[in-house]
Amino acid sequence: MAVTTLESALATQPSPWASRLAVAAVHFFVLVLFLESLRDNTWWAILGILLIHVYSVLMLRFWSNLERSTAGDTLIVTLTLEYVLIAVLFWDRFSAWPWSAFFGLFLVQACACLVVRFWRELSKAPPTAWFGLVVILLYVLVAATAPIIAPFTETEIVGAEYELWGGQFLLGTDNLGRDMLTRLVYGARNTIGIAFVATCLAFFIGAFGGFMAAALGGWVDMILGRVVDVLMAIPSLIFALLLLTILGTSIPVLIVIIAVLDSTRVFRLARAVGMNIVVMDFVEVARLRGEGLWWVIRREVLPNAMPPLVAEFGLRFCFVFLFLSALSFLGLGIQPPTADWGSMVRDNATLISFVVDDFQLGIMPLLPAAAIALLTVGVNFVVDWFLHKTSGLRDDH
Amino acid sequence: MITEPGNGAKGEIILEMRGLRIEGQADDQWHEIVHDIDLDLRRGEVLGLIGESGAGKSTIGIAAMGFARPGCRITGGSIVFDGIDLRAASEEEKRKLRGARIAYVAQSAAAAFNPAHKLIDQYCETPVQHGIMPRAEAEAAAKDLYRRLQLPDPDNIGFRYPHQVSGGQLQRAMTAMAMSCRPDLIIFDEPTTALDVTTQIEVLAAIKDIVRQFNTAAIYITHDLAVVAQMADRIMVLRNGYLIEEGGAGDIIAAPKEEYTRQLVAVRSFRKESQVEIDQDRPLLKVENVTASYGGLVMVLKDVSMEIHKARTVAVVGESGSGKSTLARVITGLLPPLEGKIYYGNEEMPAALKHRNPEQLRRMQMIYQMPDTALNPRHRVREIIGRPLEFYLGLRGLDREERIRELMSMIELEADDFIDRFPGELSGGQKQRVCIARALAAEPELIICDEVTSALDQLVAEEILKLLQRLQDELHVSYMFITHDLATVRAISDEIVVMLQGEVVEQGDKETVLTPPHHEYTELLLSSVPEMDPDWLDNLLAKRECGVA
Repeated sequence: MAVTTLESALATQPSPWASRLAVAAVHFFVLVLFLESLRDNTWWAILGILLIHVYSVLMLRFWSNLERSTAGDTLIVTLTLEYVLIAVLFWDRFSAWPWSAFFGLFLVQACACLVVRFWRELSKAPPTAWFGLVVILLYVLVAATAPIIAPFTETEIVGAEYELWGGQFLLGTDNLGRDMLTRLVYGARNTIGIAFVATCLAFFIGAFGGFMAAALGGWVDMILGRVVDVLMAIPSLIFALLLLTILGTSIPVLIVIIAVLDSTRVFRLARAVGMNIVVMDFVEVARLRGEGLWWVIRREVLPNAMPPLVAEFGLRFCFVFLFLSALSFLGLGIQPPTADWGSMVRDNATLISFVVDDFQLGIMPLLPAAAIALLTVGVNFVVDWFLHKTSGLRDDH
Repeated sequence: MITEPGNGAKGEIILEMRGLRIEGQADDQWHEIVHDIDLDLRRGEVLGLIGESGAGKSTIGIAAMGFARPGCRITGGSIVFDGIDLRAASEEEKRKLRGARIAYVAQSAAAAFNPAHKLIDQYCETPVQHGIMPRAEAEAAAKDLYRRLQLPDPDNIGFRYPHQVSGGQLQRAMTAMAMSCRPDLIIFDEPTTALDVTTQIEVLAAIKDIVRQFNTAAIYITHDLAVVAQMADRIMVLRNGYLIEEGGAGDIIAAPKEEYTRQLVAVRSFRKESQVEIDQDRPLLKVENVTASYGGLVMVLKDVSMEIHKARTVAVVGESGSGKSTLARVITGLLPPLEGKIYYGNEEMPAALKHRNPEQLRRMQMIYQMPDTALNPRHRVREIIGRPLEFYLGLRGLDREERIRELMSMIELEADDFIDRFPGELSGGQKQRVCIARALAAEPELIICDEVTSALDQLVAEEILKLLQRLQDELHVSYMFITHDLATVRAISDEIVVMLQGEVVEQGDKETVLTPPHHEYTELLLSSVPEMDPDWLDNLLAKRECGVA
């Protein structure tokens, strides 16, 4: 019934966004109805899944008459429905952590939309870039839905120390008898989340400072440049350890310290890129018009500096991530019992000597290390591709 | 025909192209950019290739060496150089030909020379590499050629670095380098486009002379029909990769057959008609005894005074380095002068930009030489034109939209088509129109045009000039028109200010300045503008020699 009323409503072809919103709203309503009716009964659940499939097929056929990029919408709807299916199958877990569930749904849809939007570029991306993108996507999804995926809670002691793989504990237990898989999953959330926030902050500080130095020049440039020089002159790991010892190791302090230390590199890049842009005639036009500094930076410089900055963001994220893990490994990063890959390596580090006797036990500390390595490699692949694309390099045959 | 060969027989075909097709890559797709071109060149003959940008003239010129730029590929036809099929030849065989038997002179000698080596080292590299002569002999030959090309101090100039000689001298040194192996064919790719008119004459004369002396075949690529008429025996007119017309230089100029060629020949005939009466006592802008410099050491402007009246066009003429652009920077406040004052109407303008209020800024707008860099590549046309409306006039929403469309119709761009485009999706002329609209959006009284047409093709430039003139007739804005091109000055100006090395050497009404007696520098400038007459260069040189003698 909803479909037919919608059909008549859309026959007049209002704006594409209005129609999309309407369709999405109907979707949402129907899905919530289904989910509510399916709560406890397995048979009903299976029937519900079948119904969703029928519904999605109908929806798609109906959409294909209306929308221009049918394939794109098909992908978005299919992925959404797959997610919903999984949600129905594991309803207990999903209903227990509604925020994670919603965030996961949001992520799936956002990714699908991005894939559709940038399909033209993505279809030409090399396999390494695809690999990187898939790795990043998986990590982010795991991080977002950590409580749903993880079999236990983050800090719960569930078994004996150093249990082997298999059975109840898929990847064994750690030095306190906590489930390794659970810790890895939560570690993704903590480590990636903090690294991401710190990188964003570093970029905000560094890019703004760099553009300001480039746009104003003179003594502003001089002072900012010298401050950055001083910060860069001190080895960053030692500096960070020092500051953390003085200020204590809470997560906000950690984020701010990492951000400030890393913003120096961003400052250098932003200033160099900005210098080349502020001498262009269009910036002079803006100045002659009487525009203020903020407008010049935000509207004239920033859009033209985006490609190198985005590429740098990827690289910087890796460095922050490694830096954070290093700090945790040294015991001044994320504090126990919060799960974090760096400290997980340290906690289980002694096991590495057993690798000759018992391979499974021996590589236990390498699991979080591998998690770090895989993400770093993935991000680098994507950055390489992006740089190659924006620099306009062409493979000459 | 303008020349007879000095020695050797003209007649034997040195280069033959048949059905040449070249494709270029854009957006990962191949498009044909040169369509089925036939070309014959005989020994000792100079062939002019002329056309606007995108006509494929450089691509064809480079193809004569069997080469295609990265992103281009030769897909069809044959290129035979002196019996050697260049398309079938191996890279090694072509390498032996290049430099030794086919040479190339690029548009910007400053960019084509390696700044880290002396001129003569770069000269000697080719003949020594190709094993034609030993180093000492090559050096002697270089000095001889420098002398023939009338470079100052030919025995020692080769031991300078590229940045130590002037642009015109560099271009002649480049020509000497191309001549080093006495090639059978030289390709000149716009060798004088980047030079001032007075320097252009020297280079043209040198090239013409040397080609005649060695009986070399040459392909001369340019967008300026008047220049090519001086150099070439035969002219090929190209457009969008098609051959439009081919014929002897004199025939093309005197009796063009095709409509496009006729437009090219007639391109500089546009003249301003209307004349506005001026109120002598109340100039719109008055520059009084301005002296300015960058960094305080060398005075770029010395005691410059000028006036601009309402609805009049003042052309500021001079070669590069004459301080004409600096004058614009002083007037706009980008470079506060050391001495002197600027009056706008009755009030004195604050010297520095940051002390001027938006109202003062609004009344004076500027249009730049390079529309590519003057438009933010990440803004759409709507925002580029809309921002001054919002900033100065406070227009928002529908009012703003309406005014943008009105402005776009004034600059003759279809709003529905263009309003959502980025500058990268516009042609050069369209970009310059958008720049004009942006200046007009502020509803200014004075627009400073800094070489606005010199980066454009001639036909497009003329359209822009006509547009500016029409806008002046409708809106009564004043223009300060900075240019080095006297044809532009003749077309659009009411008054002329001639500048030389930071000083005003002559100023006054157009008629006064352009009719004799001139200041001698004005005379030099005026006589250096190429005319559509194949004998113009020879006559001029003869006349100047008489004058000196």
